[in-house]
Amino acid sequence: MSVRNYLRPERLPTYWCPGCGDGLVITSMAEVFEELHCDEKNTVLVSGIGCAARAPGYFTLESVHGLHGRAVPIAEGIKIVRPELNVVIISGDGDLLGIGLNHLIHASRRDTDIKVICIDNQIYGMTGGQKSPTTALGVKTLTSPEGNTDRPVDCQALIKAHNSFYARATTFHLPLLKKAIRAAMEHRGFAMVDVRSQCPVNYGRRLGYRNAYEMLMHFKQHYKPVKGVVDRLAHDEIGITSENPKSQIQNPNSA
Amino acid sequence: MNKVVALTGNEAAAEAMRQINPDVVAAYPITPQTELMHKFSDFVADAVVKTEMILVESEHSAMSACIGACAAGARVMTATSANGLAFMWEVVYIAASLRLPIVMTVVNRALSGPINIHCDHSDTMGCRDSGWIQLYGENPQEAYDNIIQAIRIAEHPDVRLPVMPTFDGFIISHTLERLEILSDEEVGKFIGAWKPVHPLLDIAHPVTYGPLDLQDYYFEHKKGQAEAMKRAKGVVLAVGKEYGALSGREYGFFEEYKTRDAEQIILCLGSASGTVKSVVDGLREKGRRTGVLKLRMFRPFPAEEILSAIGHAKSIAVLDRAEGFSGLGGPLFPEVRSALYGRSDAKVINYVYGLGGRDLSPEMILSVFDDLEEGRITDREAVHLGVRI
Ligand SMILES: Cc1ncc(C[n+]2csc(CCOP(=O)(O)OP(=O)(O)O)c2C)c(N)n1
Ligand SMILES: [Mg+2]
Repeated sequence: MSVRNYLRPERLPTYWCPGCGDGLVITSMAEVFEELHCDEKNTVLVSGIGCAARAPGYFTLESVHGLHGRAVPIAEGIKIVRPELNVVIISGDGDLLGIGLNHLIHASRRDTDIKVICIDNQIYGMTGGQKSPTTALGVKTLTSPEGNTDRPVDCQALIKAHNSFYARATTFHLPLLKKAIRAAMEHRGFAMVDVRSQCPVNYGRRLGYRNAYEMLMHFKQHYKPVKGVVDRLAHDEIGITSENPKSQIQNPNSA
Repeated sequence: MNKVVALTGNEAAAEAMRQINPDVVAAYPITPQTELMHKFSDFVADAVVKTEMILVESEHSAMSACIGACAAGARVMTATSANGLAFMWEVVYIAASLRLPIVMTVVNRALSGPINIHCDHSDTMGCRDSGWIQLYGENPQEAYDNIIQAIRIAEHPDVRLPVMPTFDGFIISHTLERLEILSDEEVGKFIGAWKPVHPLLDIAHPVTYGPLDLQDYYFEHKKGQAEAMKRAKGVVLAVGKEYGALSGREYGFFEEYKTRDAEQIILCLGSASGTVKSVVDGLREKGRRTGVLKLRMFRPFPAEEILSAIGHAKSIAVLDRAEGFSGLGGPLFPEVRSALYGRSDAKVINYVYGLGGRDLSPEMILSVFDDLEEGRITDREAVHLGVRI
């Protein structure tokens, strides 16, 4: 199957605004799916609600477009009944790290064999640009007109707390994004790919970015790819982190 | 002193909230309520209100934060729509049972699934048995007026129940209309200073909220809630009258539009009534005795008053903007029919319309009046207006 066969050109133009990063992520996913021979017989997509969560609708693969925050338990349900399937979630930062965050932590803790691709545009894009759980301090949004005063969720810390697979990429560093998605797909167990992406219309525009290009250039300057596999990524680093052997996890309750 | 302004339903609701100036607002965005909170966030940022605004991670948290804040002694408000309200459901019941006078505007939107962002009443109808007072508004003016009155009703010592003023998503929330607003001083005086009842941390009068309540007292507490709901009727009327004296716009349980001598009457909620009224005007010119009863208060349900207002009609169509999945049509219908049962000879028929924002055209309303007049519908089953299957 070629990459094109994974996507549905008849659904073009997409729902997404011009310059949105979501299209770059789905293209990278399609490329990985092609390399790994993931197809409609062995792979299903799951999402919650949001702009990112519209992604499964552009794939030829079968999917469940769930409800806001519940992509993870829906995926776990599918995995229980059809353990042989690749179950891949694609959803947004609000969906996965806000309203549905508890599920993510528990799936990671249980090491459920699902893959989570989080498109983190640091905003509730679909509802028009309210601050999300990953919005940085000081950033002005429609619900933080004076600048955000809440610290962003540390996704890496939450996932690494259980020594699960965690990788971070951006929509500028496409080869790395692809590598991270591939590593997640090949990993046995819970895997999370945290993708910094641009929302030029409901985020960047209000912060002085004139277009998506300027936002991508910001990713280029700000994020440093790390070499090899590291233990933890600094806040401005992107790459793949190592998972520690699960057997070495200390039981925090044992004396 | 009324001031004339042009506002959308959401802006009118935000304006009412600005004038009420609540101590705490906890909210989470959802279409079509979002603009309401954008506007209110601006008021907070500009310090034109003294409100502490908490932008929580979900609606379940929003209502929970409202409960905590209200129990701690604050005047509390929030707003939501559709799945936001559904996600709150568990806590919505807690707010009512703890007798916390929270005011939550609901901008009506169809409940998923399938996912849809447009108007119907499936969201608030899902909360009809939750113990909240429900006031449906027809237009931005009523959205504004209902929210201000809701504070007085909720906090009245005979009531102390949460109130849900609602208006139709997009049709009203996003439509700019002329309305009249009161001055800040008038609103401040009308709602009065907030006096918390049994707040937490009043060390001289310690309280516990929400302890276990088994066979011993649960039943009595539920009866107490039901009695408060009944008492709310008198309070809604008194507050509506006082508001009328202040603003020139008096409110009751419903608006009777040309119903006195009407033989065919439509009963409905929300924005649809505007369209029905204009159809009634046209039919009246042709000498057809038609009318509309626009229900404003759905909870508590004013059964006796509905009977006296429309019991004389030959036939009545109840328009439901929600499907009840009971096999008997929408949720409004059985209540209206029960109100009339055995005490009116009117034939009562149910129409389900406008689900997921499907337009209700004047032609459809005309067809309903024709059905009523010609006695065309004899079936007990609900008619789904404008559906293709
Ligand atoms: C229970 C519930 N609350 C609120 C909403 C409204 N809502 C839809 S999408 C969304 C935010 C999505 O943000 P994110 O997950 O970051 O996705 P993005 O649109 O940014 O890609 C919200 C709040 C909803 N659908 N359901
Ligand atoms: Mg987002």
